[in-house]
Amino acid sequence: MKVPIHRIAMARSGDKGEGSNIGLMARSEAAYSFLHEELTAARVRSFFSAINFGDVIRYEAPNLRVLNFLLTDSLGGGGSASIKTDAQGKTHGLALLRLELDVPDEVLAATPEPTS
Amino acid sequence: MTSTEEILIANGQGFWGDSILGPVRLVNEGPLDYLTLDYLAEVTLSIMQKLRSRDPSKGYATDFVRLVDRILPELVEKDIKVVANAGGVNPHACKDAILEVARRHGLPLSVAVVEGDDIFHDLDRLMEGGEEFSNMDTGAPLSTVRDTVSSANVYLGAFPIAEALSKGARIVLTGRGTDPGLVLGPLIHEFGWKEDDFDRLAAGTVAGHIVECGAQCTGGNFTDWRSVPNLAMVGYPIIRARADGTFQITKHEGTGGLVTEDTVRHQLVYEMGDPANYLGPDCIAHFTSVRLEDLGDHRVEVSGVTGAPPTSTYKASISYHDGWKSTGQLTISGPDALEKAKLCAEIVWQRLAYDGFEYGPEERMVEFVGSGVCHAGIPGATSDDPPEVVLRMGVKGPDRAKVDRFGTELVPLVTSGPPGVTGFAGGRPKATEIVGFWPALVRKDLIQTSVEVFETA
Repeated sequence: MKVPIHRIAMARSGDKGEGSNIGLMARSEAAYSFLHEELTAARVRSFFSAINFGDVIRYEAPNLRVLNFLLTDSLGGGGSASIKTDAQGKTHGLALLRLELDVPDEVLAATPEPTS
Repeated sequence: MTSTEEILIANGQGFWGDSILGPVRLVNEGPLDYLTLDYLAEVTLSIMQKLRSRDPSKGYATDFVRLVDRILPELVEKDIKVVANAGGVNPHACKDAILEVARRHGLPLSVAVVEGDDIFHDLDRLMEGGEEFSNMDTGAPLSTVRDTVSSANVYLGAFPIAEALSKGARIVLTGRGTDPGLVLGPLIHEFGWKEDDFDRLAAGTVAGHIVECGAQCTGGNFTDWRSVPNLAMVGYPIIRARADGTFQITKHEGTGGLVTEDTVRHQLVYEMGDPANYLGPDCIAHFTSVRLEDLGDHRVEVSGVTGAPPTSTYKASISYHDGWKSTGQLTISGPDALEKAKLCAEIVWQRLAYDGFEYGPEERMVEFVGSGVCHAGIPGATSDDPPEVVLRMGVKGPDRAKVDRFGTELVPLVTSGPPGVTGFAGGRPKATEIVGFWPALVRKDLIQTSVEVFETA
């Protein structure tokens, strides 16, 4: 079923130099395995093409069921040089949670529902 | 000390500007051994260096003095020690102000000052000695912006803090150090961890990282926000630390907020780069080794942390003048709010161009707040016809007069633009300085740290 990533993961983001990082936290082991397979750096890069103008690098921390994405040019200059509203990328995590993926039923069944 | 004894270390201030209720309630509403407080952001040191150049008694976090004035009797009565980077670029002035507060209260106090981070006045000597301070992002040597440098500090480690505590200080004042070091220092002091004990130093670094942004690990800024009870009275985080490097994250009983595996994970990933290699001055921490266990009742057990030796360099945070910026905003009501806001923006640029002021695509910014700015380009997150929008515009560049000229063409839209333009308040937007950051490395053996303790007479 097509659902927003929010159904199977949580996220927090913040600034990292001239870019931002999004820590994506899977809500279950099954969700982590699925996201690990599906959510490539290329896919995240294309999703953020109107916000991020640099590479996207993906890191993995399976012990935390976390994928960490670095958006390398997403702040309009970064630090105090940016004049964008979200100059620190605080909302980029919530943006990624909007991305819709076709999640298998067994992954959904194994993943608790969000409370918000 | 037995191996099961726990030390309680809290963080009551996640950044410069955080609520004073965090530390006040930590001290008043339950047991505590150490209170740590972070007052420094990258831009803060540059501001403090300027304040000090105008007035030699300034250049530190005055918020901290107000806090000590409010909680000092409890600190003494409950024997709570404080580690704060409130010293900024003038820790001795901060120390003098704190000792004055203690005298006013009639309480004895010992305050330690950790120094060595501030290399602003040593830059030329270090550069003559061969340090290039090459920009870690661009590779350019610092000499290209040397004339405009406004502050320069290295991120010191935690051992000088431990030394200050071993000398009996109740309050330890530092300048720039790493945020996790504020927590790691007390751990090193209490448990006698050594400089080559990398797994434990890494565990203390992870503990410090989890609490360094205050309520961000106790339910603040949490994805499932509806599940967080009583955010108004959110409890700030407390580490229950043990000598073997394991610890629990918790908060005072009865406080608001939430501590679960998920709220702790939220902070572990914050500002994270490569989770396998979190670099610090005392060790490298492997966040990929962290084990979390949710014990319920707002307690999360953290174990399994491993570390590795640190590099031979400190990270330096150097700030410099990087031009000027100006932003302003107006509110545009519907009908046709977005269409009218776009017209307004065009009008501003055209009027400025008529007068000879043109700004390149990299120098100007237009946002239609309310139509989907934060999540631009993402389907479902934007609207073509919001009931109203905030038109937010800005420019930046090296020429102050040109940046200031922009601010004079925004407000006239109220009478000479389309109908429904309002929300004008606060006068014309003015140019403010852009403080650029220059991340660099410097050899550790070139940096001398010192620790001194001062007491009320």
